[in-house]
Amino acid sequence: MIARLTDGLPPRALALLAAFAAVMAAAPFFASDYVLSVLIISLYFAFVGQAWNLMLGFAGQLSLGHALFVGIGAYTSAALFTHFGVSPWVGVVAAVALSTLMGCVIGYLGFRFSIRGVYFALLTIAFAEFTGIMVDNNAWLGGSAGLFLPVKNAGSIDLLNLRGPPVLFYYMILILTGAALLLCRLLLNSKLGLYWQAIRDDQEAAEAAGVPLFRYKMIAVAISSALTGVAGVWYAFYYNNLFPESTFATGRSIELILGTVVGGVGTLFGPILGALILTPLGELLTELTSGLQIDGIKTFFWGFCVVAIVLFRPSGVWPWLAGLLKLDRSTGGDGR
Amino acid sequence: MPVELYLNVAVSGLLTGLIYGLSALGLSVIFGVIRIVNFAHGEIMVMGMFATLVLFRHLGIDPLYCIPIVAAALFAFGYLLQDLVVRRIVHLPDYMQFLLMAAIAVMIVSLCLMIFGPDAQGVQVAYAYDSFQIGPLLVDKVRIYAGIAALVVSGLLFAFFRYTDTGKAIRACGDNQVGALVVGLNVRHLFALTFGIGTACLGAAGAILVLLIDVHPYLGPSYTLLAFIIVIIGGLGSLPGALLGGLLIGVSEALAGLVFQPSMKSAVSFGLLILVLLLRPQGLLGKEVR
Amino acid sequence: MIAGAPRSASLKVEGLTRRFSGLTAVDYVSFEVPPGAIHALIGPNGAGKTTTFNMIAGALKPTSGDVSLDGHSLVGMRPDEICRAGVGRTFQVVRPFNAITVIDNVAVGALSWTSDMAAARRYALDMLELLGLADKRNALPGSITLPDRKCLEVARALATKPKLLLLDEVMAGLRPTETDRMVATFRRLNKETGVTIVLIEHVMRAVMALSHHVVVLNYGKVIAQGTPEQVTRNPDVLACYLGAEELS
Repeated sequence: MIARLTDGLPPRALALLAAFAAVMAAAPFFASDYVLSVLIISLYFAFVGQAWNLMLGFAGQLSLGHALFVGIGAYTSAALFTHFGVSPWVGVVAAVALSTLMGCVIGYLGFRFSIRGVYFALLTIAFAEFTGIMVDNNAWLGGSAGLFLPVKNAGSIDLLNLRGPPVLFYYMILILTGAALLLCRLLLNSKLGLYWQAIRDDQEAAEAAGVPLFRYKMIAVAISSALTGVAGVWYAFYYNNLFPESTFATGRSIELILGTVVGGVGTLFGPILGALILTPLGELLTELTSGLQIDGIKTFFWGFCVVAIVLFRPSGVWPWLAGLLKLDRSTGGDGR
Repeated sequence: MPVELYLNVAVSGLLTGLIYGLSALGLSVIFGVIRIVNFAHGEIMVMGMFATLVLFRHLGIDPLYCIPIVAAALFAFGYLLQDLVVRRIVHLPDYMQFLLMAAIAVMIVSLCLMIFGPDAQGVQVAYAYDSFQIGPLLVDKVRIYAGIAALVVSGLLFAFFRYTDTGKAIRACGDNQVGALVVGLNVRHLFALTFGIGTACLGAAGAILVLLIDVHPYLGPSYTLLAFIIVIIGGLGSLPGALLGGLLIGVSEALAGLVFQPSMKSAVSFGLLILVLLLRPQGLLGKEVR
Repeated sequence: MIAGAPRSASLKVEGLTRRFSGLTAVDYVSFEVPPGAIHALIGPNGAGKTTTFNMIAGALKPTSGDVSLDGHSLVGMRPDEICRAGVGRTFQVVRPFNAITVIDNVAVGALSWTSDMAAARRYALDMLELLGLADKRNALPGSITLPDRKCLEVARALATKPKLLLLDEVMAGLRPTETDRMVATFRRLNKETGVTIVLIEHVMRAVMALSHHVVVLNYGKVIAQGTPEQVTRNPDVLACYLGAEELS
């Protein structure tokens, strides 16, 4: 297992990765509350970015509605907790089950009815927006007034109910991000990963070489939506409030994937790198212009970054950085 | 009485549908010729709406007279967008095009937010509360004007593609790009022109729409989706289809708002999109997007 | 070096027809290929050769007619099922997986019969060696020459361990020496494994050297079949090629 993970990685890359992990693990000990909060959001985007990347970057299926799976995960666990006091550790099972189910429904409809490319992306958007409106009209889920999780006094950590200070959520999302990286690396080097990449590069040629398209696309959507559902649970318990409009909106789905596009679609480390570049820069910009009271400057900058990346470095920042650091092609992925 | 109510709502939906159709024409023209799916569609229209708002507020120009001005401005915007940006990414995978357009959409929304703030704003024309009585029907004057304006602009567009040399050249580019190059057409210029025409439609539609609804930065995405629903129903790339789809959606949306809660209006549209995507027999409506 | 037990299958095409909105691209085509034979499918451009292949491989549904492998009908099966049933194919225009290495391109084919990545890559390397591509195994397809990409296409099809190999113009664009090498490879492959081969080919040098039997299509219909010598002397065949292409 360990051998499979490190196979093909030059010692240099392993050392860098270990150093990076160590810095991230030690961050709460020297970072201020503000820096920690930025890191937390960055890692959240990194984690969801990895889940999304698995679908587009590995298997070639574009979703522009991933906020849907975050929303389902978040609302399921939050509703179970607020209404019945169900621990998020139990809630996460239901949350993942529901978001995976939703992913499979969309995947089934999309792939069975041969809805491809832009039409598939539209289908994911339509489902996300539709679900958002349904939640908006559902009183049990708080409707448009929002769903709020009871907050305990900060300081004490209640692991069972995930109530506690930001540092708890920092380590949770750090572990999730690390685990997703390992999972992606394992998957990419397996039959599953190779089949996904074949489908991504040329669906008809893959089919002629014996790849059952439907099954492997479904697996990609299922894993991606399941991981995103987990992110949703974390999101609900970190923020303690959920609003349908801001949770399910298409703009939110786009926001979730920007980091990955900047970091490098289809690469292993791209989503993490992209999120760690884009989120802090956006926050910095907001901070610098906070005196001017300009809404939207952060998102404007994010949009600009993506346009620049698509125009000038469409494979993303990571392949370029990996080359600069003289890391092997196989470092953190196939590099593309 | 209820029959008249339904009839009234249907007619007003029909008139709104003409504007939707004009806006969808913009999407369809661009896709039909350049094969680019404009994910920033609604946002560009919102730009047109804000431009009209500014012209009305600061220069006192009636939104209907703003149509040519805003259309010309957005034509320039579209021409440059195609020539400076979109043209450079045709060799990239499809999803890169979507992401690029989506990112441009994000930039437009943010820019509008930075300039105009998040609140909904509208124009107040002198004839806002006038209406025409036609038999049992009572129709708002603005809505009649808006519908007629949309119809006129759409008619001009059809005439352009049918009777002018440039229009014919653009159609030739859409049919066969290589062939168009071979016979010496300036494809790069014609593509930019097409994108400009598409966004000019949006400018016109936006200027008209301001008469009917208040504008705010977050209006864009829902109009993008609405336009997609319309052109997918009408057939992506088909101009009469876009107009027809607009009418269908305008009427069904208006009636849905009456039958269900108004807040469920867009749920009906999204539900319709999902249904159309699934039930659309392959290749029957519109050309396949690869 | 060519691993595995002998494998070959018979192919029977009966009354195969495909209409595209008014145009009949393939019109009641029938032919039979006995196990282990090498058949060529020739004819001018637009004669319906590739459409026939697409129907055999399941990429296109026949309007009517039947295709059977060893007596089992393939009609209605998906392309990946037909592949696993023993039909390997190449595409006329090469279609490599551009973002993965040459060896992984071929390994995708091998994964149709094994789930063991190491075994798939080992077998893929064998196929690459067979086609003289082993030294380029870690390159990306975009960085190798067109003839090499043609070989890659063949290697990927071979890696699926086909009983029937459908080759669509794999020798077009190759230099004569490369054609001869490819011909020798297929002949050896056919001899050692017994794999049945049907090839679409314009390079008559390859057709004459390889095939036991030739089927000639024109306007979707079979206009002649027989040994290579017989068909090249057939006046109908000569007539249909006149003005179109030369039998060089």
